[in-house]
Amino acid sequence: MTAVIVGVWSMIFIGALMRGVEAQFVRNGISTLTGHIQVHHKGYRNDPAIENSMTEPDVVGTALEKHLPPGAGWTFRVRVDAVASNARHSSGVTLVGIDPPREARVSFIGQAVTEGRYLKPDEAYGIVVGNALLEKFETKMGRKLVLMSQGTDREIASRAFRIVGIFRAELEATEKQFAFVTMPAAQQMLKLGNGISEMSILLPNDQDVPQVASALRTELPAAEYEVHTWRELLPLVNAYLSLYDTFIFLWFLVVFIAMGFGIVNTTLMAVFERIREFGLLKALGMKPWWIIKEVLTESFLILVIGMGIGNILGLLTVFALSGSGIDLSSFAAGAEYVGMSRVIYPVMHAKDMAMANLVVIVLGLLVSLYPAAKAARFTPVEALAHT
Amino acid sequence: MSIVECINVKKTYQQGKVEVKALRGVSLSIDEGGFVAVAGPSGSGKTTMLNMMGGLDSPDSGSVVVDEHDFDKMNQSELASLRLHRVGFVFQAYNLIPVLSAVENVEFVMLLQGVSQAERRERAKAILDDVGLEGKYDRRPAELSGGQQQRVAVARAIVSDPAIVLADEPTANLDSKTGQGLLDMMKQMNEKKKVTFIFSTHDHMVMDYARRLVQLRDGLVVDDQVKKG
Repeated sequence: MTAVIVGVWSMIFIGALMRGVEAQFVRNGISTLTGHIQVHHKGYRNDPAIENSMTEPDVVGTALEKHLPPGAGWTFRVRVDAVASNARHSSGVTLVGIDPPREARVSFIGQAVTEGRYLKPDEAYGIVVGNALLEKFETKMGRKLVLMSQGTDREIASRAFRIVGIFRAELEATEKQFAFVTMPAAQQMLKLGNGISEMSILLPNDQDVPQVASALRTELPAAEYEVHTWRELLPLVNAYLSLYDTFIFLWFLVVFIAMGFGIVNTTLMAVFERIREFGLLKALGMKPWWIIKEVLTESFLILVIGMGIGNILGLLTVFALSGSGIDLSSFAAGAEYVGMSRVIYPVMHAKDMAMANLVVIVLGLLVSLYPAAKAARFTPVEALAHT
Repeated sequence: MSIVECINVKKTYQQGKVEVKALRGVSLSIDEGGFVAVAGPSGSGKTTMLNMMGGLDSPDSGSVVVDEHDFDKMNQSELASLRLHRVGFVFQAYNLIPVLSAVENVEFVMLLQGVSQAERRERAKAILDDVGLEGKYDRRPAELSGGQQQRVAVARAIVSDPAIVLADEPTANLDSKTGQGLLDMMKQMNEKKKVTFIFSTHDHMVMDYARRLVQLRDGLVVDDQVKKG
């Protein structure tokens, strides 16, 4: 029974951790500027250059207002590759020009500023950078940072910004990559006029994504615009998700194989210890099939009680860790490489719990068939002679 | 009418490299209502003979017919069913189920037969009264003496009205007084319920009680006598 309890507990707990990692992959991906759906100028994804900006954002805005469900948020951005530099360092970054109030409702940046302040709507020279970038540049709040990119006139466009806020993100890579300025500041610097690079949409319900994306594709001229869902924009995350159900099932199978040895061993030992009893039962007239049923019933009871306790332990562990999570800071570098956050929060899925219990009960009874058949095959004479 | 018919039954066991011919061609016919002792020294084949009659083992050759059922034509499941309904066993080592009380041990066979709970309990208590264990229904085997345990075993064997009761050295673990009391009780059951009793024994007391004595030696019947009176 201990094997069953530990096995079920680990299936549920580790399964919940894996689902937590999965949920964080998705959450990080979506909140780190991707959103549920993005709209770009045709060709932008293949070549995210300034030339592929949307010059009539109002057209897209109208389509969004028409098709977005209540509770959805959307924003527009200028987004270009740039070089950030100060007196000591320079580094490639992604310059993101945002509408601060709209952006706060769609992506992580609205709640991520931990020092200084968030951007004001028409701020011309303020910049918000990540803490990791700040440390890399060995600079601090209030200091200047020069951003340089290519403008629409194909000339170098640059501007000096003053650091007004510092943000922290789940991934250090995010802190090093993005530098936020206001939309007007970016448009002016790049001589973009009213042009924007992308529209990003956050829906209240993940299940609505395909339907809304389809509606936008129908509404917007395909020759000028392209609409992508987060699964298309984050193919790595999408690939992980499609494999996750298989990973979890394989994990359950591996745990069960280990647990199965315990079940077979215990049941077989119990059968051999009771050879005389089975011989007596056969002598009294118990049919072989009834003996199999008896042994399977005993296994079933062990499995059910073990599963009950294992489920309770699993749920308690998940509940206990749901607040604090598990801190993987010591593995942070490796975790970040695959897009995992430093702290993992377990997430219970009812179907995982159901599958774990189903695997245990079905396979548990299957592996118990061997000891049951063994018990049924003792001849009464041999069994009663056993000491 | 014959309730048991054994014709030229042979059985050989392999013990390592040694072949042990337990039965070399035993033919025996036992009538209904008989009180028969199959006697002989150790190794004569008497227990093997009883195992054959009870369908617990199968002969290498020859036939065994009990209550008009030819064992040769029956599979394991059918033999089990026959044992359940038509054959009772009393073992030398009692072989009661230790976690069940006396009445539950007796009920067990009826439980396998599908008898209702109320009827099981009523019949079990009645048969325990018959074997002299009234009031001891709820005692576990560990709380009963050897003689009492053997009485429970006899009660279990006869509660389902079997055609035959096979008793393998039932007095071997009992003192003479207890053994005699047991045999008195079994004889009463035989006379009252007309149940055929077949004993394997080398106890002279059992041989004296039997109305027919079959002597086995080295796997063959050497003597077969019906007592007069």
